[in-house]
Amino acid sequence: MSTILVTHRDDLASKTGMWLFLFTEMLLFGGLFIVYSVYRYRNPVAFHLAAQELSVFIGTINTIILLISSTTIAMSITAIQKNNKKLALLLLGITVILGLAFLVNKYFEWGEHIKEHIYPGSSILALRGHGDVLFYGLYFFMTGLHALHIIIGLVFILVIATSILRDKINSENYVLLENSGLYWHLVDLIWIFLFPLFYLIT
Amino acid sequence: MSTQKNFEEPSYLEYKGKYKGIFSWILSTDHKRIAILYLFSLLTFFAIGATLGLLMKLELIAPGKTIMTAQTYNAFFTLHGIIMIFAVVIPGLPAVFGNFLLPIMIGAKDVAFPRLNLLSWYFYVTGVTLVLISQFTGQGPPDTGWTFYAPYSFRTTGNMLPAVFGAFVLGFSSILTGLNFLVTIHRMRAPGMTWLKMPLFPWTLYATGWVQLLATPIIGITLLMIIAERTLHIGFFDPTLGGDPLLYQHLFWTYSHPAVYIMILPAMGAISEIIPTFCHKTIFGYKFIVASSIAIAFVGYFIWGHHMFTSGMSGTAEYIFSLLTFIVAIPSAIKVFNWIATMHKASIDLQTPFYWAVGFLFVFMIGGFSGLILGSLATDIHLHNTHFVVAHFHFIVFGGTGFAFFGAMHYWFPKITGKMYDSRWANTGLIIFFAGFITLYGEMFFLGMKGMPRRYYDYDEIFHTGNIFSSLGAIVMYFGLAVIIINLISSLRNGAKAPSDPWGGKTLEWTIPSPPPVENFEEIPVITKGPYNYK
Repeated sequence: MSTILVTHRDDLASKTGMWLFLFTEMLLFGGLFIVYSVYRYRNPVAFHLAAQELSVFIGTINTIILLISSTTIAMSITAIQKNNKKLALLLLGITVILGLAFLVNKYFEWGEHIKEHIYPGSSILALRGHGDVLFYGLYFFMTGLHALHIIIGLVFILVIATSILRDKINSENYVLLENSGLYWHLVDLIWIFLFPLFYLIT
Repeated sequence: MSTQKNFEEPSYLEYKGKYKGIFSWILSTDHKRIAILYLFSLLTFFAIGATLGLLMKLELIAPGKTIMTAQTYNAFFTLHGIIMIFAVVIPGLPAVFGNFLLPIMIGAKDVAFPRLNLLSWYFYVTGVTLVLISQFTGQGPPDTGWTFYAPYSFRTTGNMLPAVFGAFVLGFSSILTGLNFLVTIHRMRAPGMTWLKMPLFPWTLYATGWVQLLATPIIGITLLMIIAERTLHIGFFDPTLGGDPLLYQHLFWTYSHPAVYIMILPAMGAISEIIPTFCHKTIFGYKFIVASSIAIAFVGYFIWGHHMFTSGMSGTAEYIFSLLTFIVAIPSAIKVFNWIATMHKASIDLQTPFYWAVGFLFVFMIGGFSGLILGSLATDIHLHNTHFVVAHFHFIVFGGTGFAFFGAMHYWFPKITGKMYDSRWANTGLIIFFAGFITLYGEMFFLGMKGMPRRYYDYDEIFHTGNIFSSLGAIVMYFGLAVIIINLISSLRNGAKAPSDPWGGKTLEWTIPSPPPVENFEEIPVITKGPYNYK
């Protein structure tokens, strides 16, 4: 009786499930991309001018940070496949640090705007007109939602790292690490779209 | 199966797993126990929603204030809508019967992610709890209607945040169920069960799964935007900040129209199981039913605009949305023809589930045709926002999904509980329910054509006679529902023991004992024939 309900493993099923989940994430942001395009189409000048106020420098740094972090998590999968536990953990550690660095940059970037009274609901921002209100509203909401995904991804990676420490994830069974890698790549990919939409198209 | 094998394994009702008492249910990852959890929570919410509906009909029995104020009426139709849509008809057939039967019908021991499955139920209960909390906290209950239209949803003083967030959480639950079913169907079909040997109920769950997965995130983000609008004043949909309320409607219906196919597709699947079983005949045009399910899921994405013909759109957009609306009716009609062709020259065994299926066909066709009337531009201008829409909607959603749900309940009740029910009482309940249903909603078509608007607690004297009929119908229908439910509950105690295949069904669930053993199959079956093999 105690052997009833033996869990059986199907890595392909886990990965299929993860991919399907990533579709839903893309559509979640897809809704925002539609809203963005509608308001950009209606307020071309305001969006153009407002975008020039964002720091392309910090945006570029953050893009590079995320791209490198995607590389390191992909490398950690290869490391675990080769049974190199230490290297895998090290690479995951670097990924986490890079993710945190991204958030720190974001914190300073947001802080600058808020100091200048540019945030949703600010009466000073409202004086600048509808286009600016919408641009910054979308900016805070979309980068905020993205930052939330970074935090979730970091938690996910930390949980995976402890499983590697306890040998639950090893060269035989690493589908969870692969899934967290897929999630992290998605977070990266969404940023690749957010970066030009807010910083580059001027 | 001629001789019932003597299974060593206990049934899922007896085997409790690691935990005791209630925990053996709420911590179980067995898909069958989770289905029962869904069934009981869903019926509870259904009872709440139905009672609210009855109270609204009692208010409408006479013009002016009868039993409640205008504000209470607004709160009631909002809560009735949220509960019935997000917590009853959307999860309805997939979460209850899909969970219970999908793994069994495809010859698997469980769904692909059993723990995720349990998590979906927790999301489901949390979501409804949040919606209910919104009623009793803050400055009064939400009063926007279940559609949360902007800009009212962030201007009203009603307690919107918990309700909107509750709907968001319910969406999450729906996504996870859909995802789970898709992976289960892709990865866990029994050996030999090719795609075209899969029964039709799993097929419709497959189509539904894709809609749940690809449409629900849109409502998720839209509801988050409403929350952000209320708390942070971002301006997405607020015209005073440059936003566009019409954009909210587009985003909302981009999900909420496909959502009606989340409701109706599994209902069609259940009907496609019931009809061949009681006709003792292979279903007519199996491949057409499969293809039309996929077609409905696909075309269903592109017709949301027909909810907005009077909201302000370009003429071209209106023509296209109207045309596509007519196109989506074709696959539904194909199914109806297939079901009727299956009955042709069959020796039909007239049992309660079959009566429900026939009732389904009747109300579904009325609902479908009235949908075409609303889908054509000229008539929609006249009928928009009248009781005609309410009637159409209830004929499709309550008539379609509701009839299929009760049909499925009477069809699979012996399998799920291991008990037979009293079919005389079941049929009596059905007749009372059906008479009440037609009186209640049928009358609304006429009221709507005469111009009675929806969503008001009051109306002009000329609508009085029709409303008396309609409200009396509501009372009769409520009584019929009570007969049906009480009969099923008392059968749990007094019913005769059910054999493994009481109806002569040919799909896999009828090859195992009733109630099913914990692991469903002693040995995973090998499939060599199609699902409805009556030769």
